[in-house]
Amino acid sequence: MPVEPPVTTPRTLPEAYSLLASDVYRPIAGGTDLIVQITGELGEPPERIIDLWRLDELRGIRVEDGALVVGALSTYTEIRRAALVGEWLPALAEAAATIGAAQIQNRGTLGGNIVNASPAGDTLPVLLAADASIVLGGGQGEREVSAGDFWTGYRETARSADELVLRIRFPLEPPRTIRFRKVGTRRAQAISKVVMALAYREDGGVWRDVRVALGSVAATPVRVPQTESVLEGAAPRRTVADHAAAVIAREITPIDDVRSTADYRRAVTGRIMHRMLRDEGGW
Amino acid sequence: MVQGYRFTLNGEAVELEVPGMRRLLDALREDLGLTGTKEGCGEGECGACSVLVDGAVVDACLVPVCQIEGSDVRTVEGMADPATGALSPLQQSFLDLGGAQCGICTPGMLMAARAFLDNGGEPTDGAIREAIAGNLCRCTGYTKIIEAIAVAADEGREGDPVAAVYGNLDLGTSTDDYIDLIRGPAELPPEPSTKDLSAGGPGSD
Repeated sequence: MPVEPPVTTPRTLPEAYSLLASDVYRPIAGGTDLIVQITGELGEPPERIIDLWRLDELRGIRVEDGALVVGALSTYTEIRRAALVGEWLPALAEAAATIGAAQIQNRGTLGGNIVNASPAGDTLPVLLAADASIVLGGGQGEREVSAGDFWTGYRETARSADELVLRIRFPLEPPRTIRFRKVGTRRAQAISKVVMALAYREDGGVWRDVRVALGSVAATPVRVPQTESVLEGAAPRRTVADHAAAVIAREITPIDDVRSTADYRRAVTGRIMHRMLRDEGGW
Repeated sequence: MVQGYRFTLNGEAVELEVPGMRRLLDALREDLGLTGTKEGCGEGECGACSVLVDGAVVDACLVPVCQIEGSDVRTVEGMADPATGALSPLQQSFLDLGGAQCGICTPGMLMAARAFLDNGGEPTDGAIREAIAGNLCRCTGYTKIIEAIAVAADEGREGDPVAAVYGNLDLGTSTDDYIDLIRGPAELPPEPSTKDLSAGGPGSD
């Protein structure tokens, strides 16, 4: 039987904050990553766990102050079904739909994906491309960290041990187009080999505010500034796509691992980039 | 840290004094003696331990008991009619159409299918495949499982359930005809298209 560390289930945020201030707790949200990690086979299991599942303050999806705000405990199923996500950020719903299958999507949460900080976390490139920010809370109050500053190293984040991710803010102004693409072994249940999100604002036939973000090609989810500069001020034409695909394949630093090889990841990343530009350009 | 957790299990109130981080799977099998829910991989890949929590299909190996306090849990043991023992339409359909070979995946397949049908899923080939995408059958009996779900979905509906999945293949007009057909020596129906499954993979780019 797996290890069963003691668990405490706070009902309110202040209760959760005071627990986190008193001792070191490992948070559990939907559990889809955590329960696999604490079997004792992957290092020492945590001494104690704080169960976030009853913190309804972390639920809900709404639009406020010019941003789509997604509660950290929103499950992938809730994100897929939310009309506001479909209207304002369909790429996030597409990313959620590629994670696991129904069983995982019914429990796994956006906040969990963020804090688990896997370089293969499928929603994370969407956060980077959309200039999202992550709202952290603790006994000292709240603070907002941009997605670009959040993943600081392999499975390391800007979250302090006494903080929780409360919600994620996706700015809606200026309106941009955001696209998502994942390549894995099969459509369901696969951890990605490469995952990409692209954001841009159309401005008189050329692209502005271009963001290209990737997962599974580095120690953290990353943006690729050289590739972005190729696309900034450009139009999605074939010559641009050829150039961007070549640049992105050189810019990333993937590794060989159990899911894929560095060579394959470079090749397929270039192909995804090319395909996205072709789809956007309509040629 | 042991405390009492209350929930309903197949419609009956249960109180369980176990550590809160006990996996629902272990609570069901070891503490409650309900071994219909199987453990395959123990890490959310195979779906053998699928159960329903408040109507949503989940992997019982990934849900701690502390998170089901107050919830409605359904397992394969609760599918048949408790009074008569009559199988549910899904179970009967799996039985009739050979939707089980070794049987390890079957309870999980049934629960995933039940969640899909209870939530109003349209029983098309693609939708059924997505509904059971989190459930692995290593006998690779998927075709018959998909057929069984389609036939169960048709219970009480008009028309040909097989046609609802495969289009009009002129296989007869009733479930019984179809069951006779695939049980008998007659020609088997064509395989469903596998196009949906291969699309989107690395090779398609």
